[in-house]
Amino acid sequence: MSKKITRREMLKLTGMTAAGVAIGASGFGGVAKALGYNLMPVDDNLLAANKVMFYGKHQSGIATPVQKHVYFASLEVLASTKEELQDLFKLWTPLSVRLMNGEDIGDSTTNAYVPPTDTGETNGLDASNLSLTFGVGPSLFEKKELGLAHLKPSELKELPHFPKDQLDEAFCGGDLCIQACADDPQVAFHAVRNLIRQASGKVLLKWTQTGFNALPANGGTPRNLFSFKDGTVNPSTPTDFDRTVWVDSGKSWMTNGTYLIVRRIQMHLETWDRTSLKDQEAAFGRHRDSGAPIGKTNEFDEVDLTAVDKNNKLLIPEDSHVFLAKKANKTILRRAFSYSSGIVSATGAYDAGLLFISFQKDPKSFIDIQNSLGRLDRLNEYITHRGSAIFACFPGVAKGSYIGEALFTTL
Amino acid sequence: MKYKSFMTALLASSIIMGACNSTDEASNTSESSKVEETSTIPQVDLQTELDTYKAFALEQMDSFLIETEKFVNAFKAGDLEQSKTLYPLVRMYFERSEPIAESFGDLDPRIDGRLVDIQEAGKGEEEWTGYHKLEYALWEENTTVGYEAIADQLLTDVKELYALVQTVEVTPDLMITGAVDLLNEVSTSKISGEEEIYSHTDLYDFKANIEGAEKIFDILRAKIEDKDAALATTLEEKFTAVNDLLAKYETADGGYVSFVDLTEENTKELATAVNQLGEPLSQMGIILE
Repeated sequence: MSKKITRREMLKLTGMTAAGVAIGASGFGGVAKALGYNLMPVDDNLLAANKVMFYGKHQSGIATPVQKHVYFASLEVLASTKEELQDLFKLWTPLSVRLMNGEDIGDSTTNAYVPPTDTGETNGLDASNLSLTFGVGPSLFEKKELGLAHLKPSELKELPHFPKDQLDEAFCGGDLCIQACADDPQVAFHAVRNLIRQASGKVLLKWTQTGFNALPANGGTPRNLFSFKDGTVNPSTPTDFDRTVWVDSGKSWMTNGTYLIVRRIQMHLETWDRTSLKDQEAAFGRHRDSGAPIGKTNEFDEVDLTAVDKNNKLLIPEDSHVFLAKKANKTILRRAFSYSSGIVSATGAYDAGLLFISFQKDPKSFIDIQNSLGRLDRLNEYITHRGSAIFACFPGVAKGSYIGEALFTTL
Repeated sequence: MKYKSFMTALLASSIIMGACNSTDEASNTSESSKVEETSTIPQVDLQTELDTYKAFALEQMDSFLIETEKFVNAFKAGDLEQSKTLYPLVRMYFERSEPIAESFGDLDPRIDGRLVDIQEAGKGEEEWTGYHKLEYALWEENTTVGYEAIADQLLTDVKELYALVQTVEVTPDLMITGAVDLLNEVSTSKISGEEEIYSHTDLYDFKANIEGAEKIFDILRAKIEDKDAALATTLEEKFTAVNDLLAKYETADGGYVSFVDLTEENTKELATAVNQLGEPLSQMGIILE
C-alpha cells in the first residue's frame, strides 16, 4: 500500500482548520464534498507495483494488455440532474486513481462508530494491474431530466436483433458501465464495490458479470472454454488502434473514446465436448492446438479464404466462424473473458461461456461481423447469446480533469 | 434476531448478561474491548438525546405490554378475528423499539423467535414460544385451542421484558448502532417475507422498524446538522423515499397489504430504498467524534 494523504497534509493543503471536523467527520467522501474535488492531489503513483496508468489520452482497460479477471458492472442511473451525474464522475475520478494505485479509497477513520471508508478487502494486495473503464449507454441519453439527448452520438444505438439471439433482460442494457479488470479477482470486485458504495443513491447495479482469462506464461493468446485461442487477429500497433478502436477527431466528445460492446454468450459445453476434433476445428476454421488457420501451421499465419485442398475444396469451410468473420472485412478489438456462473436451473447445464467484450470506433464493425456470422456460423450450434449491451466509452482523462468531462462541457 | 451488536453496547455499559452462552460472551467481550482501544471516547454531550430516546422506548414498551395483554385476552377467549387484527399492530411497538427490546438475549427468542431460529439454536419445536407460535396457530391452524398456555407464557415474558427495560442504560452507540440494525432487520428478513411466514404481515414490522430508526434520527438530527448538514438533508430525503414507497401498500384501514401481494419488482424497489437509506444512516456515528 502506498502512501495516502494524511490528515495533516490535508490541513496544510487546504489551510482550513475547520476541515479537520469534516475529515474526522465523514472520511474521504466528506472531505471531497467539503473541499471540492480540484483540491484532491491524487496522481498516478509511478512507484506502485503492478500499476496501470489512470491518466492519459485514452481510458485504461482497452489497449491495456488483458488481465486475468474482469468484474463488469452495468448500472442504472438515479441521478436526476446533469450536475448530479457530473458530480458523480468528479467523485469517481480521484477514487479511481487511488484504486488503480492499489490504495484505499480514503484515509482510515479513527472514529470506530462509523463504518470504514474503504471496504478493505484488498488490504495487503497491490494494484494487480487494475484498470477501470467507464462508458455510457444509449438509455442515459433518453433520460429527459438529464438533458443530454442532443449529445447522443448517432453511433450509440441499441444493437439490432441478430439471428439466434436469445437475450435475457437480466443481462441487457444499462445507463452506465464500469469495466474493472485486474490480475486478482478481489481487486476488480473491490473497485466496483467501493465506487458503487460511494455513489449510493445515484446509481444502482443493473447486472454484473465476472470473467476470467487463462494467460499463458509466455504471453500467448488466451484460450476460451472451447479451448480455442481468442483474440488472434487483434490490433496491436498504435496505428492499428487508431484505425480500429479510437474514435477520430471531430467526433465531438467521443474523440479518442471508443464503443464497447458486451455480449454474454453461453457456450453449450456438453454438446461441444462430444463433438469430434475435426468438426470442432471445422466450426472455428482454425486448428485447436496451434490456433493456425486450417491448413497452416502457425497461429499468426495469414487466413486465406480461398485456399483449397487437393480435391479443390475450401480448407476453411464457408460456414466456419473464421471464414464468416473475415468475410465481413471489418476489424475490432476483442477483449473477451470466459465466465462460469453456476448452472442453468432448467436444464442443469453449465451456465458458462464467453463474456465477449469488443472495442471499436464504430459499432457498425461489430454489427457487420455479427450479421455475417448470422444464421450460417457453424458455431451457433454450440452457443447462445444471452446478454447484450453497448456503451460509449469516454476519452481518457487528463490530469486536473475528470472522467467524462468532454460530455458534460459540450453544449 | 440480531442482538449481537446490541449486546456489545450493553456490555460496554456494564449490564450483566446472564443469558448469553460462553462463546458469545467471549467474542462480544473482545469486540467491545477492541472498540474501546481504537475509538476516541465520545466527547460530545448527548444526555438529552439519550433521555429522550429512553423515554420513547419505554413508552413503546408500555404500549407493548398493554396491547399484548389485550391480544392475549382475545386469543384466550378464542376470538380469532380480533386476535388476527391485533397481532400485527401489537408487534409494531416491539419492532419500533427493537434496539432496546431485543437486548435481552434470552427473552427475545422467547417472545419473537421464529421456528427456524429455535431450530437453528439446536432446540426442538416444543421449546418454541411467543408471538410467532401464536401466529402459526391463528393463520396456519386457524384455532386458538391448545395454545392457551403459550399465550399465558407470552404475557409473562413480556411483563418480564417490561421490568428489565426500565433499567437499560441507553448509550450513544446503542442508539446509532440500533438505527442501522433496525434497517438491517428490514433488509435481511422483512423484505424477504421471512419474518411473518404465516400471517404475511411483514410490512407492519417493516414500517415499525423504519419508524424506530427515524425516531433515532429525529432525536439526533440537531447534532448531525452541526457536523454535516448535507448528511441530515440526505437522511431526511431517504426516509421520505422509503415512507412514500411503503404508503403505496397501505390499506383503507391504515394497515398494510399482505406481503404475498408484492411482486418481485415491488420488493426490489423497497429493498433498494432501504439500502440507500442505510448507507448514509451508517454515517450518523460522526456525531461521536
